[in-house]
Amino acid sequence: MNEQHTAKAFDADLQDLARMVAEMGGLAEKQVADSVDALAKRDTNLAQRVTAADSAIDALQREIEEKAVLTIARRQPMAVDLRDVVGALRIANDVERIGDLAKNIAKRVIALNAEFPPPKLIRGVEHMTDLVLEQMKAVLDAYAHRDDSKAMAVWRGDEEIDAVCTSVFRELLTYMMEDPRNITFCIHLMFCAKNIERMGDHATNIAETVHYIIDGNPITERRPKGDTTTFAALTGAGQ
Amino acid sequence: MNSLVQVNQSEATDATPDVGTKPKVIARDVNVYYGEKHALKAVNLDVPARAVTALIGPSGCGKSTFLRCINRMNDTIPICRVTGKIEIDERDIYDPTLDVVQLRARVGMVFQKPNPFPKSIYENVAYGPKIHGFAKSKTDLDEIVIGSLRKAGLFEEVKDRLTESGTSLSGGQQQRLCIARAIAVNPEVILMDEPCSALDPIATAKIEELMDELQENFTIIIVTHSMQQAARVSERTAFFHLGYLVEEGRTEDMFTKPKDQRTQDYITGRFG
Repeated sequence: MNEQHTAKAFDADLQDLARMVAEMGGLAEKQVADSVDALAKRDTNLAQRVTAADSAIDALQREIEEKAVLTIARRQPMAVDLRDVVGALRIANDVERIGDLAKNIAKRVIALNAEFPPPKLIRGVEHMTDLVLEQMKAVLDAYAHRDDSKAMAVWRGDEEIDAVCTSVFRELLTYMMEDPRNITFCIHLMFCAKNIERMGDHATNIAETVHYIIDGNPITERRPKGDTTTFAALTGAGQ
Repeated sequence: MNSLVQVNQSEATDATPDVGTKPKVIARDVNVYYGEKHALKAVNLDVPARAVTALIGPSGCGKSTFLRCINRMNDTIPICRVTGKIEIDERDIYDPTLDVVQLRARVGMVFQKPNPFPKSIYENVAYGPKIHGFAKSKTDLDEIVIGSLRKAGLFEEVKDRLTESGTSLSGGQQQRLCIARAIAVNPEVILMDEPCSALDPIATAKIEELMDELQENFTIIIVTHSMQQAARVSERTAFFHLGYLVEEGRTEDMFTKPKDQRTQDYITGRFG
């Protein structure tokens, strides 16, 4: 970390921003875990709580935006400080989207009502969730400790989530072809899987932002990608 | 037909580098001593033509000292000694055969505090061209004065009172009068030593706007204590600290991702 500013209040502003981002990240992690928990345990009450709790994440995002704008106006941050403030804005944006995606899963749990897929099918989604939660935890740690190598590891680690997502898609397609009565919950599950895959993308976005805050340059190499669901759908339809 | 086209193209590419890419001012291993004090240490800097270059750094870092080397203002200080080489258009300005008065006509200077002569607005601007013999007639002189006042963005405000004293103007107007005075002798380089530090934000904005226009025809080097000003007006920024030129680069890089920790500490306000 850099040494302190001559104006101590500036340090306090930046620390406040970082703390709010970390808090927001923690809330989002919980939302993701709870939403998939609700799905696995068929717990509509929990799903309802997840839907309601999303507003807290949104409120924090607004607070971060206000604080960032105020800090820019008051302190005219330069160099690493400027990247810090812009980075907080960007990360808050990604975390807010993750929260929305978790809320969307919770809504689907409520929509499914009594109609629940066999647990075997949910296992794939749960596995994806574990991976995404690991990524989120790692990237938020990387942000809190300004750890570039950790951020880069997250950035490179999204491939596995994509791969599991593709296999879940294949599995769901098979189910739907077996019996049209499976279609409703399979479609919902597909969206849940896609939501989680999107969360992984947001985690890599955050990793890019963390790298930018530390290094000052965007990442130029190409990210490994394993999401081939588009092809999965095509081959599935052709069978 | 083909060969003709090719010839034209090669002429074009030959002609371009002279305009923008060759540095206007080149400093090599420049050291300045005030008596025993080593104020500027082995400074190397290329200043691009027709652009604004900002020199930043804490008080006493040597940025003004360096600025004053470029038109040999340091010659006026008896205990001051300059070593190394400074070239303008590849001509060594410390060459003993060089006419310093001529040099200072080519390298104009604007100071922190507006310092108009206690003469009329007209005379302030006309003085330089007169002593350098730039105007053959009164009409010539009128043209130079009006043109310079226009370029300095001041003409419209003073056209009805050119005979009034320059010191009767507001601070911002006085500073623009000084800029008009500097450009009246058609210099190639304009040195500005904190030209806005005594001005209010509106007058400052006018000077900055003016610098933006002037850089089309002049090479401008500005010393400023305002980082925001350096970020706003300059294309390149050089950071001085304790007599060393620590880092120099494109302004956008200097203020978003400086390479040296000392630059980072200074521009983010972390110097103790």
